Amino acid sequence: MERTEIIVQLKAIVGDAYVSDAPEDLFIYSRDQGVQEPHLPDGVVMPGSASEVVSIIRFAGRENIPVVPMGGGLVLSGLTVPLKGGLVLDMKRMNRILEVNESSHYAVVEAGTSQGMLDAYLRKHHPQLKHSLPDAPPAATIAGNIAIHGSGHLSQSEGGFHSEMVTGLEVVLPTGELVKLGSCSTVPAWFSRAPLPDLAGLFLGWNGTTGVITKVGIKLFPRPKYHDVLVYMTEDIDLAPMVLGRVIGTSMAEDINYALAPKPDYLRGFQMTVVNFTANTEEELAFKRKTLRSVMKDLYETRDSGFMPVPPNMKAGFLEAPQKALSKFADVRKGGGFEYVGAIMPIERIPDACRAGMEITARHGITYSLGARIIGRGNAAMFFFAYPFNRVDMDEVERVKKALEETNETALALGGIPWKTEVQGQQAILRQMEPGTYALMKRIRAVLDPAGIMNPGNWEVA
Amino acid sequence: MQPLVFDPEICLACESVDCIMRCQYIDLDQARAKQEHDRIVRGEMSSILKDCVTCYACEEYCPSGNHPFYHIVEQQERLGVHPVPRPIEKSQVIMMAPRGRIGKKLVSPPVIDMCFFDIMKGGIRGRLFDGATTIGGSDVFCNLMFLHFARNSTIRERLPLVMDNIMRFHLEPSGVRELICYHDECYGTYTSWAPAFGIEVPFRPVHLFDYLYHRLLELKADIKPLNAKVAYQRPCSNRLCPETDHFVDDIFGLIGAQRPKRTYEYGNALCCGGVPEAAQRFDLVEEIRGKNVADMKEAGVQYCVFNCPFCFWTLAEPVAKAGIFPVMMSDLCLMALGE
Ligand SMILES: Cc1cc2nc3c(=O)[nH]c(=O)nc-3n(C[C@H](O)[C@H](O)[C@H](O)COP(=O)(O)OP(=O)(O)OC[C@H]3O[C@@H](n4cnc5c(N)ncnc54)[C@H](O)[C@@H]3O)c2cc1C
Ligand code: SF4
Ligand code: SF4
Repeated sequence: MERTEIIVQLKAIVGDAYVSDAPEDLFIYSRDQGVQEPHLPDGVVMPGSASEVVSIIRFAGRENIPVVPMGGGLVLSGLTVPLKGGLVLDMKRMNRILEVNESSHYAVVEAGTSQGMLDAYLRKHHPQLKHSLPDAPPAATIAGNIAIHGSGHLSQSEGGFHSEMVTGLEVVLPTGELVKLGSCSTVPAWFSRAPLPDLAGLFLGWNGTTGVITKVGIKLFPRPKYHDVLVYMTEDIDLAPMVLGRVIGTSMAEDINYALAPKPDYLRGFQMTVVNFTANTEEELAFKRKTLRSVMKDLYETRDSGFMPVPPNMKAGFLEAPQKALSKFADVRKGGGFEYVGAIMPIERIPDACRAGMEITARHGITYSLGARIIGRGNAAMFFFAYPFNRVDMDEVERVKKALEETNETALALGGIPWKTEVQGQQAILRQMEPGTYALMKRIRAVLDPAGIMNPGNWEVA
Repeated sequence: MQPLVFDPEICLACESVDCIMRCQYIDLDQARAKQEHDRIVRGEMSSILKDCVTCYACEEYCPSGNHPFYHIVEQQERLGVHPVPRPIEKSQVIMMAPRGRIGKKLVSPPVIDMCFFDIMKGGIRGRLFDGATTIGGSDVFCNLMFLHFARNSTIRERLPLVMDNIMRFHLEPSGVRELICYHDECYGTYTSWAPAFGIEVPFRPVHLFDYLYHRLLELKADIKPLNAKVAYQRPCSNRLCPETDHFVDDIFGLIGAQRPKRTYEYGNALCCGGVPEAAQRFDLVEEIRGKNVADMKEAGVQYCVFNCPFCFWTLAEPVAKAGIFPVMMSDLCLMALGE
């Protein structure tokens, strides 16, 4: 079908204002902030409802047009870049908050609801509740984040990954059926995925290759009145597993992050373990602070490490969610380029990951921010190797690209798995994956998406 | 480099050991205090070197002016005692280093030296500071804080450059010889620490309170008495210049602030807790902050006045939680002027 005809058909579904093939729009939707090659889509469409998504997917299926679901488009690794052209399905119009269940602690939102919107809504209407916010800019969407197993400032809750906080999904399958998954499939409430066969997993971690999420049930957590942060400073990366282990062992943190960077110069060579914790009373907060400090006593008494005094302005930054530090760092080279390898890995590999990150960046002459968010009760870490760059400096872009590729390989070699990784990284994972596992992935996709229209190029061997 | 002006014979002959006996953080009987202090004097390791919270107070307590605290710091450094964990110490050394970003800037009196805290220069406003110019930042920073880190050496190394910067880039080209020290740290550096190490200071330092007092005298007719009870959080570095402490009462007298009697003031003033926190003495921090704030409450004060920005940062929150308004001294004076 000709592009003009495609656009006409889409306009009939969503209305004239919500479809575009204007060159400037296609340019914007062809790229993200990372180093992946841009690819022009044929059109951009913004559905306003699940039924419109159904119509678009049915149409795309009939006409064999690739469809790339997109939320905030902030994944950084090219996962919303239409590798094979086709349509970018921009979900931002579907941003209604449909339900907040205060008793059963969950919210039901449309897929394009942004993190910032849900946060603001809860603060206003249900101030005693919160959801786990990633440190991404607030325009990131709930669905885009769970679709890639994101994590955030309640990293110590539940399993830690936001995908584990999903209580139910509504999904448009690549063949156009609208299905509900979790308790909402059987009763009119979205309280959990158990005890049913867990089909939500078919859409979590698949980068939009198995269907379009239209609604998400997401767990909410108490928002205690008091909040504080402790920062533990070390000068030996090999101490990381011990320091982190002790913090995790208290079960008192809401979020645990570990970070090192060459800038500012007074932090170069040091590592910071940032522990956020909350409480309902000042006494509880004081007790937690005391406990968290006490587990480090023998360490700080050696004077080789210790809790850093945190001045009020710095503290205010640490207490924020989302954290602005990484967003600010993202533009440290100016020119708006930023990408990171996030690798999910065992805690004990953090020191090696730090060393590898410093070695790779030194070799490629680029700057870095390295660190980890501890996921769940220390089952894993999301280790980030973040590399900012200046987009107009093509030499730097190339060096960052090479560094990212090497970092993906290194993360795998270290026993980690690159997270939300770009196509090359996905291919590296698949090369290492049990053949049977990959065969199962392929069979599932073939069943769900016989026409192969959903975000093609992702989770495929080269 | 000049050694510390310290006479071991005076200490060895000293019976009172006031420096330790009056210390609010080290609890030794007279005999032990003498024994432990003599150890320091002989250059040996002593429990005092480890237990000292670097509150500076013994500089004021020693009746002979024999610089017990500077000597403690010398010995801590020589014997490798680190009051604060090494990574924090090292990082502070880098953070506060002169950056060489200074350029010629003409100033006119009154010239206020903001110390490192250039960000506080918003406080230099109103009729109190008519026509004032400020200098501040790492290149003019006295570095005295490294007393808390057992690093006299860092101060020794940086101070000549810092003073040279102040003179060369600001005072000399402007024909000014007087520098008003916003922070007690600077004033203490130039009037106590530098002479103790035989370092000459090429300008005349003036304490902020001295300046405020005299300026308030000029503006006396415009003062509306505050009629409020105020507590004063005396900073550690004021122990290096106790001769300026009377200005607090003098200023209070002018602005109509009452200073109700408290347990922890003047010579008994308690540390704000910031440094012991860096030294990982968390129980002590809780104890002294608790005692200090409770004492203010008991005295029925409405305000707690600070001169040190660091004390303000660490104590403002607990003070405010106790229903007491934390305020910098210059702002309190401005309030009395209705500004
Ligand atoms: C400075 C910075 C900090 C960050 N910090 C974090 C962090 O702390 N934690 C974290 O998890 N991430 C973080 N990120 C990464 C990323 O921005 C977030 O994960 C973000 O939530 C992704 O959501 P999005 O809406 O932008 O997704 P998109 O980029 O739009 O999409 C991500 C993937 O999900 C698919 N997808 C999107 N919507 C749907 C849908 N409705 N149905 C099916 N598939 C869909 C897309 O096809 C794509 O494969 C950070 C990014 C930046 C720039
Ligand atoms: S420092 Fe002063 S008070 Fe202490 S022992 Fe020496 S002379 Fe006595
Ligand atoms: S500096 Fe303070 S804590 Fe240290 S010995 Fe002197 S008075 Fe005691």
